Amino acid sequence: MTGQPLAATAHEVEHLRKRERRFLFSPWHLVLIPIAIAMLIPLVWMLVTSLQTLGETRQYPPTLVPHTLQWKNYSDVLRLAPFGQWFLNTTIVTVAVVIGNLLFCSLAGYAFARIKFFGREVVFILVLATLMIPFQVVMIPTFLIVRKLGLIDTLGALIVPNLAGAFGIFLLRQFFRTLPVELEEAARIDGASRLGVLFKIVLPLSGPALATLAVITFLWTWNDFLWPLITIYSPSHYTLQLGLTTFQGAHQTVMNLLMAANVMSMIPVLLLFFIAQRYFIRGIATTGLKG
Amino acid sequence: MADITFDHVTKSFSGEVFALDDLTLHVPDGQFLILVGPSGCGKTTALRIVAGLERPTMGDVRIGEHSMNGVSPRDRDIAMVFQNYALYPHMTVFKNLAFGLKERHTPKDEIKRRVGEVSAMLGLDEMLKRRPAQLSGGQRQRVAMGRALVREPKAFLMDEPLSNLDAKLRVQMRAELKRLHQQLGITTVYVTHDQVEAMTLGERVVVMSAGKAQQIGTPQEVYRQPANLFVAGFIGSPAMNLLRGTVMDGHVVAGDLTFPCGDLGTQDVVVGIRPDCMTPLTGGRPTVEFQVDVVEPLGEQVVVHGSVAGSNVHSGAEEMEEIPLAIEGSRAAATAVFEATSEPSPGDRLRLGVTPERIHLFDAHTGDAIEQTGKWGAG
Repeated sequence: MTGQPLAATAHEVEHLRKRERRFLFSPWHLVLIPIAIAMLIPLVWMLVTSLQTLGETRQYPPTLVPHTLQWKNYSDVLRLAPFGQWFLNTTIVTVAVVIGNLLFCSLAGYAFARIKFFGREVVFILVLATLMIPFQVVMIPTFLIVRKLGLIDTLGALIVPNLAGAFGIFLLRQFFRTLPVELEEAARIDGASRLGVLFKIVLPLSGPALATLAVITFLWTWNDFLWPLITIYSPSHYTLQLGLTTFQGAHQTVMNLLMAANVMSMIPVLLLFFIAQRYFIRGIATTGLKG
Repeated sequence: MADITFDHVTKSFSGEVFALDDLTLHVPDGQFLILVGPSGCGKTTALRIVAGLERPTMGDVRIGEHSMNGVSPRDRDIAMVFQNYALYPHMTVFKNLAFGLKERHTPKDEIKRRVGEVSAMLGLDEMLKRRPAQLSGGQRQRVAMGRALVREPKAFLMDEPLSNLDAKLRVQMRAELKRLHQQLGITTVYVTHDQVEAMTLGERVVVMSAGKAQQIGTPQEVYRQPANLFVAGFIGSPAMNLLRGTVMDGHVVAGDLTFPCGDLGTQDVVVGIRPDCMTPLTGGRPTVEFQVDVVEPLGEQVVVHGSVAGSNVHSGAEEMEEIPLAIEGSRAAATAVFEATSEPSPGDRLRLGVTPERIHLFDAHTGDAIEQTGKWGAG
C-alpha cells in the first residue's frame, strides 16, 4: 500500500523540480530585468512612433500610447519611396556577401588550420591584426580601389570588398582545428584531394561554425550604413539603411514614416535573430570578438 | 599487392629529436609485420611515413618498385585503420565504406557489389544505414576495417586498431584479423604497444625503441633469442627477471645463483631469466632462494612476485607507471610462474630451480646478448 503513493510522490517531485527549473528565480534578475527594460524602450518607442500621426510625434512630453493606430504610415512608406527596390538591393548584397564569406573564409581558414606552409603564422597574425584597424582608417584606400575597379555607385561596391574577412577566417580556423585530424587523414588516404577533404569532410561537420558566420555576416551587412553612404549615389541603388535617411531632412524629419520604414527593415534581422540566436551568441562567445 | 621497403628512413621533428633513426626494413609481399614498442618509440611515425602523412627527413620508402617520396597519400593505394577509427560521423556506414571507391570514380554498381561483399564478410549488413554514433565500439572497429578492405589496396596500415576495445572484444577481433589476413594475404604493417598482440598476430615483429629497430624477427625469435636487454625486458609477460652478475672461471654468479657458462673470460653480465624458468622442481639444477611477497593465482598457473639475492638491472622497457614492490636492502625484485600444484603464501622462502639452457646473458655495458651454445632455439 505504501509503495504506490510513494512512487506517485516521487513522480510529482520530479515534476515540481522541472517547473522550478523553468521559473528559477535568481537575485541577478533584479539587475537584469531593469537592464532588459532599458534596452527595450527604444524598440517600443520606434514601434509606437511608427503608428502615430506626424503631429503626435512632435508632442512634448512624448506620448507612449498613440490615440489612433496609423497603419497607413506603412503603406505611405511603400508609396512614397522605392522601398521594395531598396529591400531587394539589400537582400542581393547581403546574400552575396554571406555566400562569399562562407566560401572564401572556409578556404582561408582551412589553409591556416591544416596546411603547413612557409610564413603561415606570420600571415595569420597579419590577417588577425586587420581586426584591430578601425574601418574609418581603411575607408578611403578601399574607396580608391573600388573606384579603380569601376564599381562606384553599383551594388558591386558593396559586395566585392566584403567577400571575405578576418573575422570569418579566424572563426572558421578555430573551429576547424577542433575537428579530429584523423578524419581528414583517412579521407586523404581514401583518395580525396585537399579541396575534397574540405568540401566533403570538414564543411559538413562545421554546420554550427558556418551558421554562426552566416548569421553574423548577415547582420553586419544588412545594417551597414557608412560604406553604402560613401559609395552609392543613385537612389535606385540604395540599400535600406541609406533609404531610411531620405525620411530625415536637414530641416525636418518625418519621424513616423522613418520609424515605420525602420520597423520594416528590421523584420528580417529580428526573425533571423530569433531563429539563430544560439549561433549568434556562440560566435561571440567562441571568438571573444564583438558580433 | 606489394612489398614495402624502408631504406635508411630518418625522421626528426624540429631538427633535434629523432622519431625515427635510420630504419631499414623490408616487408615482403603478403607479410603481416608488427611494429611494437613503448609509446614514443617511433612506430606510429614509421607507419605515417608509409601512408604519406609524414615526410621522412632522410631516406626513402618504397611500395612495390616505386619510391614514395613526394607521392600524395591518395596515390599510394594503401589503406589505413586508425586507433580512433576516424569514421566520417556525418555519413552512414554504407557511405563510409563507399567513400574511397567514390573518390576513385568506381562505377555505382561496382561500389554496391564491393560494399555488399565486405559488409557480408564483416557482418555489417544490418547497419549499413546507421551512422557511426549509433554503433558500438566493436561495430565501429568493423566498419573501420571494412573501409580499408573494400578498397582492395596494395597494403594495410593499422595503427593500434584494437586498443579502444574492451579486453574480451580485443581477443575476438585479434583472431578475426588473423583470419582475414590468412584469407586475403595482403601486406600489412600493424603498430601496437601490446606485446601480446605482437606475438599472436605477427609473422614478423620489429621491436622498436628510441626510433631504432632493436630486433627484427619472428615472434619466436624475439622471445627466445632477444638481441639485447631492451627486447628481453619488453617481450614476454610477466617481464624477464634481469639480475646483475659476474663471469668468473667459467661460471656466472648472480646473488646466490651460480651456473656454468663456458669460456667467456671475466666480465660483468646481466642474467636474464624468464619467470616460467624458475620453478620449484629443483632436480639438480642451479637454485636460487626466492622470498615470496605477492601471490597471483591464475587457475592453471600461479604468478609469484618476490625477491632474490642480488640487484636488478633496468632494460629501458619498463613501463613508467610500474611501481616496484618494496624490496629490502640488497635484494632484487623477481617474478616466477609455475604450475598451481603448490601455492606458496606471502613470506615463504622457496628454493627455485633454474633451467641453465634458458638463461640469457647480456653484456653489462652494451646490453647486447652474449652468444651461447646449447640454448634452445639457438643452435
